[in-house]
Amino acid sequence: MELVEQALSGSRRAIARLITLIENEGDGAPAAIVQLYPFTGRAYVIGVTGAPGTGKSTLVNELVKSYRAAGHRVAVVAVDATSPFTGGAILGDRVRMGDLDKDPDVFVRSMATRGNLGGLAWTTADVVKVLDAVGYDTIFIETVGTGQVEVEIAQMAHTVVVVEMPGMGDEVQSIKAGILEIGDVFVVNKSDREGVERTVAGLEMMLNLGRANTSRKIAGYGYLMPILASQETGTPHFSGEQTPAGSRSHWQPLVVKTVATQGNGIPELAQAIDSHRDYLEASKELQRRNQARLVNEVERIVRHHMMNHLLDRVDRMRLIEIMSRVVTREVDPHTAARQLVHEARG
Amino acid sequence: MPQHTGRSDGDSKVRVLIAKLGLDGHDRGAKVIARALRDAGMEVIYTGLRQTPEMIAEAALQEDVDVVGISMLSGAHLALLPRITELLCESDMEDVLIIAGGIIPDEDVPLLKESGVRAVFGPGTSTSEIADFITANVRA
Repeated sequence: MELVEQALSGSRRAIARLITLIENEGDGAPAAIVQLYPFTGRAYVIGVTGAPGTGKSTLVNELVKSYRAAGHRVAVVAVDATSPFTGGAILGDRVRMGDLDKDPDVFVRSMATRGNLGGLAWTTADVVKVLDAVGYDTIFIETVGTGQVEVEIAQMAHTVVVVEMPGMGDEVQSIKAGILEIGDVFVVNKSDREGVERTVAGLEMMLNLGRANTSRKIAGYGYLMPILASQETGTPHFSGEQTPAGSRSHWQPLVVKTVATQGNGIPELAQAIDSHRDYLEASKELQRRNQARLVNEVERIVRHHMMNHLLDRVDRMRLIEIMSRVVTREVDPHTAARQLVHEARG
Repeated sequence: MPQHTGRSDGDSKVRVLIAKLGLDGHDRGAKVIARALRDAGMEVIYTGLRQTPEMIAEAALQEDVDVVGISMLSGAHLALLPRITELLCESDMEDVLIIAGGIIPDEDVPLLKESGVRAVFGPGTSTSEIADFITANVRA
C-alpha cells in the first residue's frame, strides 16, 4: 500500500492519514497492519494513567521534552472519552502540549475512545503499531482520566506511570484493587499542595506491603496466556526465561513527587521510568510482557471476530426472541448465552 | 459480510481542530463552539490559547482533521489567518475546511475568503448553524 510506504519513509501527512484509516477501521486497515507489523516491536511504550485533573497531559509534555533532550524520537497517543450520548468528543490533551508542536521529531495524536471502556480506544494498539513502525522509539500513551478498573493500559505499555495528587482520598483508596496494582512508577503531582506527605506515605505503605507476583499481568487476564504459560503446555517461547542470577526478580514500584507545571521532579521521574526499563530488560520481564501483550491482543481480536461470527449466523429475529426471554425472566443469561453459541455453531 | 465493530458507531467521525490564534486570551466562544460540535457528534481537538499559525497547521497535520476552526478577537486576522491556509496547502491539506469566528469586520470577510477561509461566523451565530455548515461542506 502506497500510504504505508510513504509513512515508513517518514511523511508525517501519510502517518496521520494512516492512523485515521486504522482508527476508522477502514477498508485498507487490515492490509496496512499486515504491512506494518514486521517493522514494529522496537519502541518502548510508556503508559500514563490516573484520575481526571491530576496533570497527566502536563506531565507527558514535560516527559517528552526530557526524552527529546536525550535524543529520542517521541510520539504521544492521547486518549479522551467519547460521549456515549452524542458520539462526539472533546480531545483536549494538546492544550497542555503546545511546547511539542514545533518539534519535527515529536508526533502527537489525540484519540477518542469511541465507545470502548477500559481507558483506551479499541484501535489504540494499532495506532501505536503505526508510530512504532515509522520509527518513534519512545511512545507515550495517555489514557482517559481513569478511576479504578480501567486497566487496559497495563497490557499495552512496558512501564505504567500512575499519576496521583494530594487530597484525592485516604489510604483505603490505595489498598483497593485496580489502578494502583498496575503502576510501575507512581507520581504525586502538584506536590506543592498541602497533604503531599500524607499521599506519598499512603502510597508507600501500600507498595511496601508487597505485591503478589511480578507476572500478575499474565496471570490476571484472559484465556490464552494462562495456557501458554502453564508448566504442562508451555513452550520455550512462553514459559518465561529464568531470571539471571544476581538480578532483582521483583520490582519495587517507585514514588516520585513532581510539580509538572514548573518541571519540578521531571528528571527524577524520567530516571524512575528508565530504571524500571533496566529492570524489565535485566530480568527478562520485558520479553514476558511483550509476549503477554501480543497474546492478549490476539485474544481480544478473536473475541471480536467470534462475536461478529455469531451475529452473522444467528438470525436477528431469533436474537431478539432469546433476549426478550431473558428480559422477561423466562431464560437466565447463562442459558441464553449458551443457546446463542450453540446456534452460531449450527 | 457486514462487520459489527462493537462500538456505538461504525463509520468515520468528522474531526475538527478548534484553536485560538494570536494573542487575545478570551476563549469562552471557542469552548462553546467545541462543546456544540461535540454534541453534534464530532471529535473536537481543542488546542487552547495563543497559538501561532505554524502550531495550528502542525496540529492539523498530525491529527488529520477535516476542519480547522479559528477563533480570533485580536484584530490580527488578516495577518495571521491566510498564513494558516498557506501552511496547510504546503502540507497537501488544501481540502481541509477552514472556518473562522470572533470579531471580524464585514469588510475583511471577502479578503479572508479569497485567502481560503470558507466561512466567517460572527457574534450571534447559532452553534447549530456552524455544525450544519460543517456537515454540509466537509470533505466526503
